[in-house]
Formats: sequence, structure tokens, C-alpha cells
Amino acid sequence: MSKTTAISPGNTTEARRSFGTALKELDWRRYVIYIGFVVVFLFFAVLLRDQGFLSPNNLLNIFRQTATITVIAVGMTYVISCAEIDLSVGSVAGLSSVCTAMALSQWGLIPGILAGLAVGLLVGSINGALVSLLGIPSFLVTLGMLGIAAGTAQWITASAPQPILDDTFNTLFGSGNIGPVPGLIVWSAIFVAIGAVVLNRTRFGRQVLATGGNRTAAEFTGINTKKIKFQVLLISGAVASVAGMLYAGRLQSGRFQWGAGDELSAIAAVILGGTSLFGGAGTVIGTLFGALLIGLINNGLILAGLDASQQQVVRGAIIILAVALARKK
Amino acid sequence: MNTQDNSDVVEMRSISKGFNGVSVLKDVDFQVRKGEVHALAGGNGAGKSTLMKILQGVYHADAGDILISGKPVAINSIQDAKAAGIGMVFQEFSLVPSLTVAQNIFLAAEPLGRGLLIDDRTAVRKSRELFAEMEVDVDPRAEVSRLGTAYWQLTEIAKALSQNARVLIMDEPTASLARHESEALFELIDRLKKRGISIIYISHRMDEVYRLADRITILRDGRRLLTEPLTNVTPEQIVEGIVGKKIEGQLAYRARDHIIHDGAPLLEVRGLTAGRRVRDVSFTLRPGEILGLAGLMGSGRTELARALFGIDRVDDGEILIRGKKSSLASPQQAIDAGIALVPEDRRAQGLVLDHSVRENLLLPLLGKIRRGPLLDQGAGKELSSSLISKFAVKVAHPNRPVRLLSGGNQQKVVIAKWLGNDPDILILDEPTAGVDIGTKSEILDMIRDLASAGKAVIVISSEYPELLAVSDRVLVLKDGSVLRDIPRSEIADEEYLQLAVQGV
Ligand SMILES: Nc1ncnc2c1ncn2[C@@H]1O[C@H](COP(=O)(O)OP(=O)(O)OP(=O)(O)O)[C@@H](O)[C@H]1O
Ligand SMILES: [Mg+2]
Repeated sequence: MSKTTAISPGNTTEARRSFGTALKELDWRRYVIYIGFVVVFLFFAVLLRDQGFLSPNNLLNIFRQTATITVIAVGMTYVISCAEIDLSVGSVAGLSSVCTAMALSQWGLIPGILAGLAVGLLVGSINGALVSLLGIPSFLVTLGMLGIAAGTAQWITASAPQPILDDTFNTLFGSGNIGPVPGLIVWSAIFVAIGAVVLNRTRFGRQVLATGGNRTAAEFTGINTKKIKFQVLLISGAVASVAGMLYAGRLQSGRFQWGAGDELSAIAAVILGGTSLFGGAGTVIGTLFGALLIGLINNGLILAGLDASQQQVVRGAIIILAVALARKK
Repeated sequence: MNTQDNSDVVEMRSISKGFNGVSVLKDVDFQVRKGEVHALAGGNGAGKSTLMKILQGVYHADAGDILISGKPVAINSIQDAKAAGIGMVFQEFSLVPSLTVAQNIFLAAEPLGRGLLIDDRTAVRKSRELFAEMEVDVDPRAEVSRLGTAYWQLTEIAKALSQNARVLIMDEPTASLARHESEALFELIDRLKKRGISIIYISHRMDEVYRLADRITILRDGRRLLTEPLTNVTPEQIVEGIVGKKIEGQLAYRARDHIIHDGAPLLEVRGLTAGRRVRDVSFTLRPGEILGLAGLMGSGRTELARALFGIDRVDDGEILIRGKKSSLASPQQAIDAGIALVPEDRRAQGLVLDHSVRENLLLPLLGKIRRGPLLDQGAGKELSSSLISKFAVKVAHPNRPVRLLSGGNQQKVVIAKWLGNDPDILILDEPTAGVDIGTKSEILDMIRDLASAGKAVIVISSEYPELLAVSDRVLVLKDGSVLRDIPRSEIADEEYLQLAVQGV
């Protein structure tokens, strides 16, 4: 740092910087998720090459297994960027899977899909209204909603799985392929693409980040921050309900357990990806890699023959390590 | 030059510091004697705060030495600085609002009683002693969040004294104080000085520097320009040293004949009542006119601005814009009606500190750079760059977080962000707080130019010379009501206005 490129005193406005300084300035902490992803990938590729880690099938599997978490985490990126949290996403996914399955068997394909979406929109708008209108912290509102949604799902099904026999639905939501590409991957690609563009390139996205970064300043700038908070929670609920339908389609049934605990994986993916836990900065692409990293670790540990309890320990340690590396100085 | 070298409590030698290859301090020497008030002056971004942060252990110098009482010391952390007797009066952030004054003073140095339990009573007693020594009246048991900024500062000073600070650094301490509070602070500084405590005083206000300081050091573009006793330099020399050129008549009022008297006023306020701080306020504002709002702290100036901008709810009265009755229920409606507000607290209300200069500038302008549903990145870059150059914001790159800018440059960003919207009615609440003298005259000129271009401007300021320099009319507020509405031509001088404000 002591050897600096010379800059004449008058010329500080748009400083020309050499490649060297640019490289030094490159904030590698922001890219730690990509670095981490590559490192873990190479590590497993070498270590587990005989267990078939690199086989196309296994790699596709990783994508497929992380698809629902990815979708949920895209919604969660908005919530956390806005300095809120949504703990209800996992149980919303579960409730949506059951409602879809039940409506599907009663009334058919379209009503089934609408029922699933309705769950997400309803829960999301209740969360949003309580947070933005009554000013209750989202942590508490969505913690309560986690219980309500999970309980409702178990209650209305009397804890029984709801089989889905509609092939169109199952093909559409998760079981089918588009050419060689599993449908689940297409779904997560669509959510990531839309999520990334909207957050970075639209007025709404900017307003979400500004609200999370400094709510007062955002208000003074004419942003209706209550509306923004409502909207991100609504989005999160709706996205979680789609994830619930992906569970239903992949596992060809609706069940109250689907999605249980996903809120924690989604939050971990978002934070690993580089979104600030305190709001104001968010990246959907980072979130995708955060989710993939978690999936990669899960898969590698299983192939390595660790049992479930050991997996949990290693996974927890890796997440802490990654977040520690990515933290701001 | 220095005959009493042995009495230097602090000596900084050849300090250099750069951030990411841009050098901010170059070979700076700085000495502070025992019991002196040493003013540190310089333009926005000259490096004053950075130099002080090095002394406090927040940053580490790239080169140079620090000597305390003649002995070289390594200051690598805030703890090191405290141990060396350096105390800092932060503006914010360093107190825990939910704790009491006494608990804050002894935070992490709590007196322990029997059984290693914290002895709060001793803490309160010791705090009382500290405040008694400072000759100020503060209740050590009050929760900090309930106290005003002036008390925060006193608590900070007491905290530093409790740690046996020999040097106190004050970076723009009066920025958030009312007039009488500032005066109380000055008296306290005089007393501390008598007790042999040295004070490094950073301020952009010349009157304060002359009131307090024994010596002055001027930094320009990261270099030391001079260190002199104040008796040896004239105010003109100081201003010229800071700005790098002569500035004349910046604070002189220039009558402008652009006020358009015929036709409807741009803004008409009738019997406006909002909350408890704005009561039955009426006035009109014509295109081309600059209206100054004067009043003591708590007189309702800021609250009036907030009500006009749709932040606070209007309880009663009417607001007419271009003759049409308007309901301004939200900032968005106010913006749509052509009003802009530059708020008083830039860090809390004006900026998203962690976002880039560009993002901050574009935030109110997002509607303008849309292409279909998406934002037009190219247009955004162009627009922000043009604002940056128009307002001469000193920033290495528009992508840098606005947090890294010096205080004055942050203020320019807040103003620039609103002018990109081309509002008809501009409300500026303390627009030159923390801004250097050169920039201040630029901002005042800008206000005049905007008015001459047919816009209406409302300026709130606690600095009377500044208010008198631009206002065509001054509205004096007291307890939320209009006390007087005085044309500029009737105001002879600062004293007249001061008396008017006090309601004499
Ligand atoms: N952490 C940082 N990283 C990069 N640049 C910085 C950092 N801190 C300060 N700077 C830059 O260093 C320069 C000096 O800043 P400094 O805050 O010391 O100025 P100042 O003299 O206190 O100005 P002001 O009167 O406006 O407060 C500025 O150009 C600022 O942008
Ligand atoms: Mg400063």
C-alpha cells in the first residue's frame, strides 16, 4: 500500500488507475463464494474421483437436489437485502404442496396450481401486512407463521401424504426433462435469471436495496418503504409456494414435511452468496452459488461415506468458515 | 519555529497515508502543545479526519512517526491511543443508547465492588465528580437515548476524561449543536485548557476557530501548508490557504431582480398545522425568491420542511402549489408536485452510506432512466457523471461507496441528487453543515443561480451570515409559529436578525 501510483493533486476526480492498483483494489471478499465454490469443487473432484463425483449424472443430481433451495433462496435474497427475514418459507412450501395435491385431485390441474400459488400469496401478504402496517419485526411474524403454516398443512391432511397422479403436473413441476436438461434445473434457472435482473436492473430492485441500506434516507427520497417491505415478503411467500409445487412434482405427492427446515438452508445460501445480513446489498447470482455450494458439500460428504451426523458437523463448519472469510474487515 | 519542543504532547512526523493507491496525506508534520487549542483546518477532503484517525489508531500511517511527550509510540489500535492519553469526541456511534450516562462512561472499565459485581453506585458517583469538574449539569442515571446531542457530547468528553485523556480530538463538534449549546461547549473547552488538556479542534467555521484556538494548522490536498499562532494570520490568509484562491464577498447579499411578483405564487401555505411543532404557519413563495427560515433549535423549522415534503402529516391548513390546492401526503406526492428536500442529517436521512456515489445520485431519478421495465445503465452512468462534474464532487470513482467521501463531498452528493430532478421548489435544511468555505460559497452561489432561473428556494440555516447572504426574505419562527416575516432590505445586520429570533 505504501507504493502508490502518482496522482497529481488536481486530478483526483476520475483517477486513472493502473492495472496493478485495479487488481489490488479488487475486493476479493466479494468473490469468496465463487472462489470457495471452485476450491470445494476441485477438492471433491480429486478426492472423490473414484466415487463418481464427476460423472454427468452426479453433477446433474447436485443441481436437481438444490433446485428447490435455490428457488426459495432467490426470494429470500430480496427479503434479506431489504433488512428483513422470512422464516416461514419452508412451511409455506409444505403447505403449498399439500394444497396443490388436494385441489389437484378434487378439481384438476389448473385449480391445483392456483391453490398452491394462493397459499404463497396469502401467507406472504399476511406476513407483509403485519410487518409493514403494524411494524412487527419480520423475525417474529414469520416465526409465528412458520408454526401456523406447518400446523395447517399437517392438520388438513391428518399427517397423511397426498399422492399426485396427474402426469402433466408431475412432468411440469420437477419430474420431467426438457431435452437432456432436467425440468428442475430449468425452473431454477428461470427464477435466478428473473431474480438477478429485477434486483440489479429495475427500479424496484434499487428501491429494495435502498430501503435495506438506509430506510430513513429511502423515505426521504420518496420511496414508499412500507410498500417495498410488503412486496418483498409477498414475493418470498409466492416463490416459496412455487418451490412447494416443485417438491410435489418431483416426489409426486404433497406432504406437510416437504420443505421443513429449508428456511435455514436458504438463509445460509443467501448469506454465503454475499448478501448482507443487515440489508442494503444483495446478489442473486451469489445466492445461486451459495445454494450450489451447499448442495455440493452435501453430495460430496455422502459420496465420501460420512453418516448423517458427521455430515451435519462438517457442513456447519464449512458454512461458518465461508462466512468468516467473506465478512467485511 | 518551535521554541518549546519539549512541551509538545503530541508530535506527528512526516505522516503519509494512501487509500488504494490514492495518496491522502503527504509528509504531514503536526505538533500539539500541552494545554493549547490547536485548530486543524482545510478544505473538504484535505485529510483532516484521516490524520486524526491515524492518531486515534483507527488507521495506520503508511509512513511517519508519532511521538507522545517526546517518546515514539506505536499506535496500532484505539486501545493504544487511549493508553497514550488520546481521547476522541465522536459525533455518534460510540455511545450505547440503551445504557445510562454513567454506564456509558465506564463501559468496559466498570468499577467492581464485592464479588466482582459491577458497582453502579460508584460509577454514578464518579460520573458526578467528572461532571462537577467539567462544571456541567448532567444526570449520570439518565438513559442516553433520551438525551439530546449536546449531552451525548458531554458524556463523550467525560468518558475521555475518565480515561485520563491528555489530548482531546473534536471533529466538527458544533455541527449538531444549537447556538447556546455551542457556547457552553466553548466555555468547557476553555476550562479544560486551563487544566492542561490539549484540544485538537476541527471546524469549518472561522468564528469558532478565532474564538477558541491558539494555533492553527492548515492542510491542503493532504499537505501541511502552515502552522501558525492565530495572532499571526488574518482570516483572509486562512481562507485563501484553505481554498487555494481568494474568495471575496461570498457572504454579501446580492439583490436579485428576478422575483416574479405578478401571477400566482409558486407555493402558498395557509394556516399550516402539523404535529406540535408547526402551528398556523402561513406564507407565500414566488418564483425566483429565496426564503430564509430563522429560529432557535426546536422552533419548528425542520418540522415545517418535513410537513411540506409530505413526511409529517398535516393536521390543518392548506398548501397551494401554482395556485392549486395540493395534498402532500407522502414524499412521492411532494416530489411529483416539484418539491425537493435536502434533509439536515445527511448520514441518516440523505444517503445510503454503503451504496456507491452513483447509486445514491440516481435513487430519486430512477424513473428518468428507464428503458421498458429495466433501468438504462448507460443513461444512468452519464447522468451521474454529469452531476458529479457539475457539482465538483471529489470522488475517485462513481462506484465507490459514498461512506468513503469526506463530509463536505457527501453533502454535495445529497444536494446533487435532488437537483438532477429539476425541482421547482427546493427546500434546503442546513445545506452547508460540514462544508468547507470554498464549497460553501459554491453552494450559496448555486442557490442564487437556481432562484435566478425562476425556482423558489427555502433555506434553513443556523448560521446567520449565510442566511443573510442569500435570503430575499426571512421568516422567523418561534415555538412553531411565524413570529415575523421580514424583507431582506429591512434587516440591517446579523444582530438585528439575532434579536428578531430571540423575539426581542
Ligand atoms: N477509508 C477510506 N478509503 C478510501 N478513501 C478514503 C477513506 N477515508 C478517507 N478517504 C479519502 O481521503 C480524503 C481525505 O478525507 P478526510 O475525511 O480526511 O477529509 P477531511 O479533511 O476530514 O474533509 P471534511 O472537511 O469534508 O470532513 C478524501 O478524499 C476521502 O475520500
Ligand atoms: Mg472530516
